[in-house]
Amino acid sequence: MSAARPIATTRMAAGMPTGRLAVWWVIASEIVIFGGLLGSYIMYRLAHDAWSEQAAHTNTWIGAFNTLVLLTSSLFAVLGHKAADEGDGPKAAKCLWLTFAGGATFILVKSFEWAMEISAGYTITASTFWSFYYTAAGLHALHVIAGIIIMAIVAVDAAKGRELHRVELIGVYWHFVDVVWIFLFPLLYIAK
Amino acid sequence: MAESASSPLEDHSHHEEQSFWSRYVFSTDHKMIAMQYMFTGMLMALIGGFFAYVFRMQLAFPGAEVPLYGIVSPNEYNALVTNHGAIMIFWVAMPVLIAAFGNYLIPLMLGCDDMVFPRINRLSYQIFLLSVVVLGISFFVPGGGFGGAWTAYPPLSASAEYSLTPWGSSLWLLAVALEFVAFLLGGINFITTAMNARAPGMKMYDIPMVVWMIVVASILFMLSVGPLVAGAVMLLFDQNLGTTFYDPKNNGDPVLWQHLFWFFGHPEVYVVLLPAVGIVAEIITVFARKKLFAYKSVLYTVFATGVLSFTVWAHHQFIAGIDPRMANVFTVTTLLISIPLAEMMFIYIATLYGGSISLTTPMLWALSFLAAFLIGGVTGIFLGASGVDIYVHDTYFVLAHFHYTFFPIAIIGAFAGITYWFPKMFGRMMSERLGKIHFWFTAVPFNLIFLPLFLLGLAGQHRRISDFTMFPDLATEELQALRVFATTALLVMLAFQPVFLFNLFWSMFRGEPAGKNPWKANTLEWTAESPPPHGNWPELPRVYRGPYEYGTPGRETDYWPQDQPG
Repeated sequence: MSAARPIATTRMAAGMPTGRLAVWWVIASEIVIFGGLLGSYIMYRLAHDAWSEQAAHTNTWIGAFNTLVLLTSSLFAVLGHKAADEGDGPKAAKCLWLTFAGGATFILVKSFEWAMEISAGYTITASTFWSFYYTAAGLHALHVIAGIIIMAIVAVDAAKGRELHRVELIGVYWHFVDVVWIFLFPLLYIAK
Repeated sequence: MAESASSPLEDHSHHEEQSFWSRYVFSTDHKMIAMQYMFTGMLMALIGGFFAYVFRMQLAFPGAEVPLYGIVSPNEYNALVTNHGAIMIFWVAMPVLIAAFGNYLIPLMLGCDDMVFPRINRLSYQIFLLSVVVLGISFFVPGGGFGGAWTAYPPLSASAEYSLTPWGSSLWLLAVALEFVAFLLGGINFITTAMNARAPGMKMYDIPMVVWMIVVASILFMLSVGPLVAGAVMLLFDQNLGTTFYDPKNNGDPVLWQHLFWFFGHPEVYVVLLPAVGIVAEIITVFARKKLFAYKSVLYTVFATGVLSFTVWAHHQFIAGIDPRMANVFTVTTLLISIPLAEMMFIYIATLYGGSISLTTPMLWALSFLAAFLIGGVTGIFLGASGVDIYVHDTYFVLAHFHYTFFPIAIIGAFAGITYWFPKMFGRMMSERLGKIHFWFTAVPFNLIFLPLFLLGLAGQHRRISDFTMFPDLATEELQALRVFATTALLVMLAFQPVFLFNLFWSMFRGEPAGKNPWKANTLEWTAESPPPHGNWPELPRVYRGPYEYGTPGRETDYWPQDQPG
C-alpha cells in the first residue's frame, strides 16, 4: 500500500490536516445514524410506559462494567496520542494495544451478556424494546469491532514509527464510539 | 505536519504505461472515476427510461402486449414503477450529477491534482457498482423485483405476505443501502477536498458555484441520510428477522418509517437539485459573457434552502394521520423554502439580463432548466399547502409536479453539464447541429408528456394503478386520450435519445479538436490540457480572482481566467 499521496492531500486551506478533517466528517455522518436510531427509540419509549418492565431485565452491572472498560480504553487512546505527538512510535503502539484490549474485553463481555439474555428468552423478537436493544447495541458493537481492527493496523505501523498522525485519528474515532455508548448505557440499562 | 513528512511530492510528469485494468477499472484518478460514474449512470438511465416506456405503454393501451417486453402484469407494473423511480434518483441523478461531475470538476476547478483520498474514491465507485449489481439481481429472483414504490412504506415493504416479493424487497433495500455508503464515502472526499485542497490564492468566494453546490449537496446528503440508514436496518430486520419496528400489532408504528424516509427524502430533492443549478450557473455566465449577478446571495440562498430543507419533510405525510396542527407548521416551512429558490431564479435571470447571449447547445439546456424548474417550483407551492394537497395527494398532479423538478434536474441538468464539459473530458467538440436536434426533441416532448398529467391528476387520476379500465370514473374517453397523448410524446422523446448517444460517441473520436478553452471560460479546468493528463497540470495553478470576471472594462479579451496574474 505505497501509493503516493496526491499533492491535494497535503494542502491545508482549512488550517487542519486533511485526515483529521475527514474523521470529523465521518463522525458527523455517524452522529445522524445513531441519532435517528436513538431518536426513534426515545419517541417509542415515551409512548409506551410498559417497556420499562422489559428494560428491567437488562443487567445494569454488566453494562456499568463495560462502560468502565470503554472509558479506561479511551484514556489509553489519549496517552497514545500524546506519545505519538512526542514522536515515540513504540510507546504510542503500546498504548493503542491497551486500547485494543479494552475494546476486545468490551466485545467479549457483551457476547457473554447477550448469550445469557438470549438463552433466557429475551431475543431480538421478544418485544420491540429488545429489538431496539439488540439493534442499537449491535450497531455500536460493530463500530467497536471496526475500531479495534483499524487500531491494530495503526498500532503495527506506529510501532515502526510510520504514519504517527493516524494515532490521533483513530483516537478521535474511538472517543466517538465511547460517547455513543455513554448515550446507550442510560437509555437501555438505567432507565427502567 | 505529520502528512508532509511522508514525502508526498510525486513527480507527475513521467509515468510508466498502465495496464488496461489499472487505467480503466481500478484507477484512482478522479477523472476516470468520474467517467465510470457517468457511464454507469447513463446505462442506468437507459434502463430507467425503458421501464417508463413499458408502464406508459400499459397505461395507454391497457392489457396490450408491449413491444420488446410483453404483457405487463399488475405485479410487474408495480416493480417497473418502483424501480423506475429508484433508478432515476439513486442510480442516475446521484451518480451523474454528484459523483460524476463532483469527481471530475472539484479537483480541476480547485486547481489540485486529485481528490484528497483517491483510494476511498475508488472504493466509493466499487461499492456503487456492487449496488447496481444487487439491484440487477433483485429483478430476477423468485417473486420478481420490489414493487412497493420507491418510498418503500411498510407494511407493504416489510411483509412478504403483502408485497409478494420476499427476495426483491430485501435486495432492493440492500442495493439502496450500498448506494448510500458509496455516496457517504464520496461525499466526505468532496467536502474535505473543497475545504482543504484549494489552489493557493483561492479564497472561499473564488470557488466556482458548481463546486459550492456539490459540496453543500454532499453535506445535506450526509446529514439527512443517517436516520434513514438506521431506518433501513430496522426495515431489513422487520423483513428478515421478524422484528416489529413498523408493525402496530406489537408497539411498532409504520409512520415512523415515513418520518425517517422523508427526513432524508426531502433534503434529497435539494441534494440533486443543487449540483444542477450549479452547472446552470457556470453555463449561463459563460454564454451570457456576464458576471454572475450576486455571487454571495446565491450562496446565502443555498444555505437557507439547505437549512429549511430539514424542516419540511412532513408535507409528504399530510394524509398519513399526522396531527393537523403539525400539518400547519409544515405548510408554513414548505412555503418558506420557495423564497430562497425564487430568489436564486431571479438572480439567474438578472445574470442573463443585458448579456451577450449565444444559444449554444449547453446554453439551451441551461435555459430550459430554468423554465421547466420554474413550473416544478410553482406547482410545488400548490402541494405544500395542506388544504390543496389533501385533495390532490397521490394523484398524477403530484407525479407531474415532481417530474417537472426531477426531469430538469436529472436529465436536462445532466445534458447541460455533459454538453458543456465534453470538450474538456474528451478533447473534442460535440456536433452543435445534432445537439440542437436532440435538445428540441427532448425538451418539447417532455412538456407534452407531463402537462396532460397535471390535468389527469386534477381529474382525480390516482397513481399506482396499472389498468384504469377497472375504474369507470377514470376510464372515460377524454382521460384515455390524454394518457395516449402523454405516451406518444414519451415515444417521440425516447426515439431521439440515440441522436445524443451517436453525437457523444462520434464526437469522442471524430469531433473537431477543442483546444484548452473552447468556450473562453474563466474557471481553472479550462487552463488544463483537454483531456487533462494524470495529475491535471505539469505545475499546479495559482488563483488571483473570482470565477466570473467576464466583460471587465479596459481588458482586451472579455474574459479573465482565474489563474492569470495582474
